[in-house]
Amino acid sequence: MSGVYDCLVIGAGPGGLAAAATAAEAGLQVGLEDDNPAAGGQIWRRGNAAVSVSHSAEQWMERIRSAKVDVLCGWRATDAGTDALGTPFIRVEGLGGFRDLRYRKLILATGARELFLPFPGWTLPGIYGAGGLQAFAKSGFDVRGMRVVLAGTGPLLMAVTAHLHEAGAKIVAVVEQAPLSRLMSLGMHLAPSAPGKLMEGLRYRLRTMGTKYYFGHWVSEARGDGKLERLTITNGSESFAVEADLLGVGYHLVPNTELAQLLGCGLENGFVRVEETQETSCTSIYCIGEATGIGGVDKAQVEGRIAGFSAAGRIEKARSLFAARDKQLRFVERLAAAFALREELRGLAQENTLVCRCEDVPHGALRECHSWREAKLHTRCGMGPCQGRICGPATQFLYGWHAPAPRPPVFPASVGTIAAVDEAGVHHE
Amino acid sequence: MTQPAIFDVAIAGGGIVGAACARALAHRGLSVALVERDVLGSGATSAGMGHVVVMDDSEAQFALTRYSQQLWRELAPKLPANCEYEECGTLWVAADEEEMAAVEQKHRWYGDRGVPTSTLTASELSAAEPNLRSGLAGALLVPQDSVVYPPVVALTLAREAEKLGAALYIGKQVHILSDGKLVLQDGSIIRAHTIINALGSESARITPGVPVRKRKGHLLITDRYPGFVRHQLVELGYLKSAHKSTGDSVAFNVQPRSTGQLLIGSSRQYGAETSEVNQPVVSAMLQRAIEYIPRVADLKAIRIWTGFRAATPDKLPLIGPYSDDQSLWLATGHEGLGITTSLATGELIADLITGRTTAIPCEPYLPARFANANQANHLSKP
Ligand SMILES: Cc1cc2nc3c(=O)[nH]c(=O)nc-3n(C[C@H](O)[C@H](O)[C@H](O)COP(=O)(O)OP(=O)(O)OC[C@H]3O[C@@H](n4cnc5c(N)ncnc54)[C@H](O)[C@@H]3O)c2cc1C
Ligand SMILES: Cc1cc2nc3c(=O)[nH]c(=O)nc-3n(C[C@H](O)[C@H](O)[C@H](O)COP(=O)(O)OP(=O)(O)OC[C@H]3O[C@@H](n4cnc5c(N)ncnc54)[C@H](O)[C@@H]3O)c2cc1C
Repeated sequence: MSGVYDCLVIGAGPGGLAAAATAAEAGLQVGLEDDNPAAGGQIWRRGNAAVSVSHSAEQWMERIRSAKVDVLCGWRATDAGTDALGTPFIRVEGLGGFRDLRYRKLILATGARELFLPFPGWTLPGIYGAGGLQAFAKSGFDVRGMRVVLAGTGPLLMAVTAHLHEAGAKIVAVVEQAPLSRLMSLGMHLAPSAPGKLMEGLRYRLRTMGTKYYFGHWVSEARGDGKLERLTITNGSESFAVEADLLGVGYHLVPNTELAQLLGCGLENGFVRVEETQETSCTSIYCIGEATGIGGVDKAQVEGRIAGFSAAGRIEKARSLFAARDKQLRFVERLAAAFALREELRGLAQENTLVCRCEDVPHGALRECHSWREAKLHTRCGMGPCQGRICGPATQFLYGWHAPAPRPPVFPASVGTIAAVDEAGVHHE
Repeated sequence: MTQPAIFDVAIAGGGIVGAACARALAHRGLSVALVERDVLGSGATSAGMGHVVVMDDSEAQFALTRYSQQLWRELAPKLPANCEYEECGTLWVAADEEEMAAVEQKHRWYGDRGVPTSTLTASELSAAEPNLRSGLAGALLVPQDSVVYPPVVALTLAREAEKLGAALYIGKQVHILSDGKLVLQDGSIIRAHTIINALGSESARITPGVPVRKRKGHLLITDRYPGFVRHQLVELGYLKSAHKSTGDSVAFNVQPRSTGQLLIGSSRQYGAETSEVNQPVVSAMLQRAIEYIPRVADLKAIRIWTGFRAATPDKLPLIGPYSDDQSLWLATGHEGLGITTSLATGELIADLITGRTTAIPCEPYLPARFANANQANHLSKP
């Protein structure tokens, strides 16, 4: 690739699709790339039926096609650099090797991942992330007749419940750690500002009627002989057991900020800090969607449009969307408050409960440490292939640690890819 | 933890060298304080390869590395498993007949000094390391060389010292180190009859004039591929590249970890004082590794990092009393061999401070060899 994109978008979820289409329609030559084989992001990938108020996946894809966005799926951004002429590039790796995607403007739409909190038995086979279980079912895993518990927190639980219910699973229980009172007040505040979301939530709720919902409850233990058999559910004072074949458990989302950090973008409270125009602390680098604040599909899209216009220099167009975006941002705050994690979740892990699964480090070894760095150096916590992607956020919640900015590669990459200085394979002496 | 008003010895720097000194001194019954600004073993000690290796660059370097290697072998059975001590041996790989002649020569040189080694022919080498490219000439095997996991060793040595009564001050930054005092950032003072600068590449920041310079290195770690490589593999050309004391260089240097991961090195740069990863250097380093092990290109790398060696003008460490300040000693300047030579450094320091005879002659390492500061400055220019 010798060309330079006017605008390169990393991540083809709702945010990235909106950004790419908008920038391309405004006349830029746009590249859109994602590490998954198909565009759509966490929610639209594999034909998810979930609706959003403004646009559907298909509408965006149509606009992407007619605006001639260069779409590259199955390529993961692993590193960033600058070529001999000083043009910045993102190095992406895929099955066919690697490519350096040069750009003038960059839009990061890398989304979020689930937060996993350790509890006794959480590593048993049969236990998945809530979103992970949904993805697994979508990709063909047969859940018909399986006894499933969904647990954790956040709107994702309801979405996943609905999906698995439709796929034929027997939903034994939905266990939401947030108390009902907080969710009710979220619903009331939402009514005027985000009708789409509220209706969506209600729709799921109705569709899955007959399912047992437990608010203010959480899973405190999983047991089974070689695989999940039984779960203990508690509200802190009373506990009961349920039998289950599968558990999907996720404690809401954490933003994927690693690439932004590698590029030097500043963070605020763990999210990428952005200006009104969605520009980060680095000139010509924009960030949108879950990476700037967990707020869902509609927020991702309006931010994507703003970034697309901003990157194309259409500031007035961007400005006309600020009010709509700010409405979404109020939702972000309410969401965070409603689903704030309760203290009791910090106390679930026992001495021998693994916290770092890559390196098998138990809670007992970690609670002697005072910092992420100490834990890393003295126990190997976070040193495995996930590089703290999974255990990092958990240790932040459990022990209040902060992981330092990532080192390259931000995702595992082949030695051959890293060895090459540019695509021609030329290396400096 | 008993805290005397004046310690016998206070050590600034909780890397592997400071920790080894603390342990050796505590074993001799001295009261010891060890002060670390961050986490034990978090400096160069956390960035290095952890290859414990006998070297033949000079007689003095040989004596120190061999003495230390033997101390490692004595200590090994007592080290907990998470120190990951493994006597995998070093294979010095010869690419051509010229390097093979050097293998023969080294074999004799080590033999004369009582170090067991053996030579491998081309076919023996490919049987020992099937992933090396074909067409190599052979190798020298040094079976007693080993690898360790340095940050946990530093922690283990410091904890052993603590059990023997040493006081550990962790998270305390030393601001001033002179006249029998360590003045900490919070204003508190630790007093001792002898104070030791074991600050690695930061030594000269606290004690201006100490002839050490930062020499940056890059390393890469892969995912787990057990058995892919079985020995520490180093190119013989390493001697030519790594040991010239000027300029940037890379060399083929690959290590099997007990986790099945591979650690790939190595690079050396002067004048690079910040810790960011330098892509051209990494590329050159990895291209070199791929030249020797083509299949390494397909392995997944999970992380790259950098570290700083404390380099001296004559490639030997600084161990012993320093300057006019009667209380001030140095245990620094270990360049790329500080993991290897940490244990020997601890023993030398402890023997010198307690007035005992050292196991090997200490003169080549005494800071007094740079007594003339001008000479030191002159030498340290490339
Ligand atoms: C597991 C999971 C399941 C979810 N399921 C639902 C649901 O059913 N219903 C619902 O309403 N909401 C769901 N959400 C929330 C949903 O993701 C967001 O509301 C919405 O998709 C946010 O859009 P986005 O564009 O910010 O991010 P995303 O949709 O997450 O898109 C980000 C994209 O960037 C890609 N990416 C990230 N890093 C890189 C990289 N380094 N290189 C290349 N590509 C990269 C990701 O693979 C992803 O495709 C789910 C979230 C998660 C994490
Ligand atoms: C890439 C690379 C590869 C290497 N490979 C090997 C190898 O294979 N084998 C080998 O033997 N050696 C190797 N080395 C060399 C080895 O890592 C070092 O020689 C050794 O770690 C030095 O230990 P140290 O205790 O002197 O220094 P450090 O580990 O740097 O310890 C100094 C300590 O002082 C602390 N400190 C600094 N300033 C202050 C202050 N003001 N107050 C309080 N504390 C302070 C630091 O936090 C640090 O913990 C390698 C080095 C590098 C960089």
